[in-house]
Amino acid sequence: MPYQTEFLLRVYRTMKTIRVFEERCIKEFEGGNIPGFVHASNGQEAVAVAACIDLTDRDIIGSTHRGHGHCIAKGCDVIGMMKEIMGKATGLCKGKGGSMHIADFDKGMIGANAIVGGGPPLCNGAALGAKTRGTRDIALSFSGDGSANQGTVLEALNFAVVLKLPHVFMFENNGYGEGTGADYALGCSSLAERNGAFGMPSEYVDGLDFFATYEACQRAIERARNGEGPSAIEAETVRFDGHFIGDPQLYRGENEIQNAKDTRDCIKIFRERVTGESWLKDEEMDRIDAEVSDLIDTAVEEGLAAPNPDPATDLMADVYCSY
Amino acid sequence: MTNNTSSGSSSIKTYREAINEALRQEMRRDPTVIVMGEEVSGGAGCAGQDDAYGGVFGVTKGLMPEFGRERVIDTPISESAIIGAASGAANNGLRPVAELMFFDFIGVCFDQIFNQAAKFRYMFGGKARTPMVIRGTVGAGWRAGAQHSSMLHPVVTHTPGLKVVMPSNAYDAKGLMIQAIRDDDPVLFLEHKIMYDLKCEVPDDPYTIPFGEAAFPRQGNDVTIVAMSNMVTRAIEAADLLAKEGIHCDVIDPRTVSPLDEESILESVEVTGRLVVVDEAHERCSLAADISSIVAEKAFSSLRAPIRKVTAPHAPVPFSPVLEDAYVPSVDRIVSAVRDVLGG
Repeated sequence: MPYQTEFLLRVYRTMKTIRVFEERCIKEFEGGNIPGFVHASNGQEAVAVAACIDLTDRDIIGSTHRGHGHCIAKGCDVIGMMKEIMGKATGLCKGKGGSMHIADFDKGMIGANAIVGGGPPLCNGAALGAKTRGTRDIALSFSGDGSANQGTVLEALNFAVVLKLPHVFMFENNGYGEGTGADYALGCSSLAERNGAFGMPSEYVDGLDFFATYEACQRAIERARNGEGPSAIEAETVRFDGHFIGDPQLYRGENEIQNAKDTRDCIKIFRERVTGESWLKDEEMDRIDAEVSDLIDTAVEEGLAAPNPDPATDLMADVYCSY
Repeated sequence: MTNNTSSGSSSIKTYREAINEALRQEMRRDPTVIVMGEEVSGGAGCAGQDDAYGGVFGVTKGLMPEFGRERVIDTPISESAIIGAASGAANNGLRPVAELMFFDFIGVCFDQIFNQAAKFRYMFGGKARTPMVIRGTVGAGWRAGAQHSSMLHPVVTHTPGLKVVMPSNAYDAKGLMIQAIRDDDPVLFLEHKIMYDLKCEVPDDPYTIPFGEAAFPRQGNDVTIVAMSNMVTRAIEAADLLAKEGIHCDVIDPRTVSPLDEESILESVEVTGRLVVVDEAHERCSLAADISSIVAEKAFSSLRAPIRKVTAPHAPVPFSPVLEDAYVPSVDRIVSAVRDVLGG
């Protein structure tokens, strides 16, 4: 067996945690318990977990507006995340950030980002920090097929090559930049080829296949740790929900989402593979399902019960370190 | 008012519908007017419906079916390229209306606005013309967090070469949008996302409202309140509450902050002797600070009390609803500022 049972169980638990967390966010948003704009990542779990499962807390990731999965995969506390998304004082960012701005520096998660293309330049900086200090830590940025067209991202790709930074650029191509097709907005026929043209190793993977994505990430992470510079990965994946929760998604084809859920569900694909290979048993994963379900129930209960921030003390706190 | 309003029919329209109608009528009138931005139509390259969004707030809905994708252009998520292209097209025979889905995204493309479009005319000795409109949604109240809620009009108002429009109701939004499209300079047209469903009577025919002419939604001789954008609604509410106590406020909505109708503000303060300025921006270097300094400099002898500013605090917009509600200037804060300048 090429993978240890404990590893596979951890992978499954993390993917499932993201799935249930996102589905519950949708429900709680629709029930009025979550304010604002929320962008769910259900369907994309395999990429987040493949990219983060072997990173340490000292490795840095930078995320996007669709960042819940990245946070969970990097080890952020899901209860603290739910409190944050509900705007509570005991949330991971004290309710100041919300869904689009979750960060947990202790876990090497330097922030979801509501500015498309905001993360990759910052991850170059994190990678520069690691390189300058002579550690073997790396940075990994998540971008979508949409942010692939931002100048900031294109600049960051070149910059990373020039400075030979330990930075893995992970592009999650879910086919949509908001409500526009990636085939329209990406002028090139292959994002992986475009990334490679910057002068770094670049590959395309099926992001619904956890194992293929994991192996691509291992290659890129290893190169970064060994001081061989940046790499890029384009992982093709699928977004089960809208650009934002509540998006009527008129731009999607008839039955497109249901078909994707039936035939392009990375968690189902993972389960089929690991049971087909006799690596894991269904009962083991069913048990995890129950535990995950309990965990998310707890997160919602604790989130709802958590105190709101106090405007008198919290509104003006943390604008500066000192002023 | 010198509004160039036709004598035709009118109907109740939302702020969103009024802007949409302005765009549609100008696109019909002038084939050089184009609309471009992220999902201004939506659905490009998708299997489902075209015009799926019509802008994320639905303001440009229906324009693509009428005018086609050649004139209603969905762009990649590339704000620098969008604004740069709009600016360059404006120099070359088109009148683009470019959308920044959230005006906070000006951070991504500020060079194209500040160093490029704003400076062309002066820097090139009066030879350049950049008839471009940049639409953007501004303001807090949507629980959209720090990077989707800013009130950045002071940044652009500070910049010579840019005109800055902040309509506070559907009637003004339509007339000011048509004026903005016909204007030969780059115009920042700032739409407060809280106001899209606000309704009022709006003429069906096209009309323009000149820049630099304030509106006077409430008149009174006791205290001048200057407010813009969404704060006008709150200033009116405060004025109506105070009127019940016999305190009559002169509410001035400048409608455009660059150019600014200084004269109307100064004339009002000469009568009232008291000024409250309400601005959703942070206080430092805000329009509230700017207008206060103009009045202090030019109408000092008329002032009978210190000027009061009611602004957002010097902090980014917080996500948590309880914090965001405390962040945005409230009717209560306006009322107490008025009482303060009256010596109450």
